[in-house]
Amino acid sequence: MKFIKFLVVGVLFGIVMAKSQALSWYRIQEMFRFQSFHMYGIIGTAVMLGVIGTALIKFKKWKDYQGNPIQFVPKDKGFWRYLIGGTIFGLGWALSGACPGPMVVNIGYGYLSFIVVVFFASVGTYLYGVFQSKLPH
Amino acid sequence: MLDFLMQPWPWWFSGIVISTVMFLMLFFGKSFGFSSNLRTLCTIAGAGKRVKFFDFDWKTQSWNLVFLVGAIIGGYIANNFLNDGASFDLASSTAKDLAKLGFGKAEEVQPSELFSLEALFTLKGFAVLSIGGLLVGFGSRYAGGCTSGHAISGISNLQLPSLIAVIGFFIGGLLMTHLVFPLIF
Repeated sequence: MKFIKFLVVGVLFGIVMAKSQALSWYRIQEMFRFQSFHMYGIIGTAVMLGVIGTALIKFKKWKDYQGNPIQFVPKDKGFWRYLIGGTIFGLGWALSGACPGPMVVNIGYGYLSFIVVVFFASVGTYLYGVFQSKLPH
Repeated sequence: MLDFLMQPWPWWFSGIVISTVMFLMLFFGKSFGFSSNLRTLCTIAGAGKRVKFFDFDWKTQSWNLVFLVGAIIGGYIANNFLNDGASFDLASSTAKDLAKLGFGKAEEVQPSELFSLEALFTLKGFAVLSIGGLLVGFGSRYAGGCTSGHAISGISNLQLPSLIAVIGFFIGGLLMTHLVFPLIF
């Protein structure tokens, strides 16, 4: 039962990915061709509110529902892993038109082809694990 | 109100809801990052026996898998119960560019040329979906996060690594769209 709240938030996430049409390959094409404000508006609004809210949480030391301090785990320092990894991600994002969240939302939406995309995304993650020690980070 | 929710959601409302999702996850003591689930799926499939990166107790990530299941249900609900059946409205300049690449008129949220089951069973269709998936899965773990973990959570926390990753997302996306697409479509 303790997981039900994550199910509810996940449902909300799935609905917003679908209703915002951020799950659409077309919307990602509009974004990478700079031909629509829609995706920039979505991400920009979320980030703007996110920056304000995150600063408030830190400044006011707000607690989570169990009374523990809300922690932000900083990403490891580095440059190449973020630039190269990010670029590889971006190539796939434009090609498949979906990042990992919207991929699975598409399956629920009814585009069953995305089962193949998620399967290969898992294979890609596996290959990263295999070659991790040989890659620049 | 219901009319509003049945239509495609405007960008500002969508952005508000996405940041709400992020803050709810923080309030529940977790973070908003989706691609970690792909690693967990590998572990469940037994990858931990061969590769150390996957050798961890996946049950500690159950909450995120539950979120994933919710996301699938959310997609189903949105299409079947929150849908006014309006036709898909694609920017005319994008429609023109895609027509040059051989895509037909946009009729629903995904192009049938890529995501119909007929397309899946062609060599090119299968290659696009599988290579796209491979790149996203490999790149997100290499970069340590995807759009949710870096572009939303990470930049909200003003982390430099996330900014570098998002710049990478755009370098990759622009290369694919403007250099590779004309070669493959």
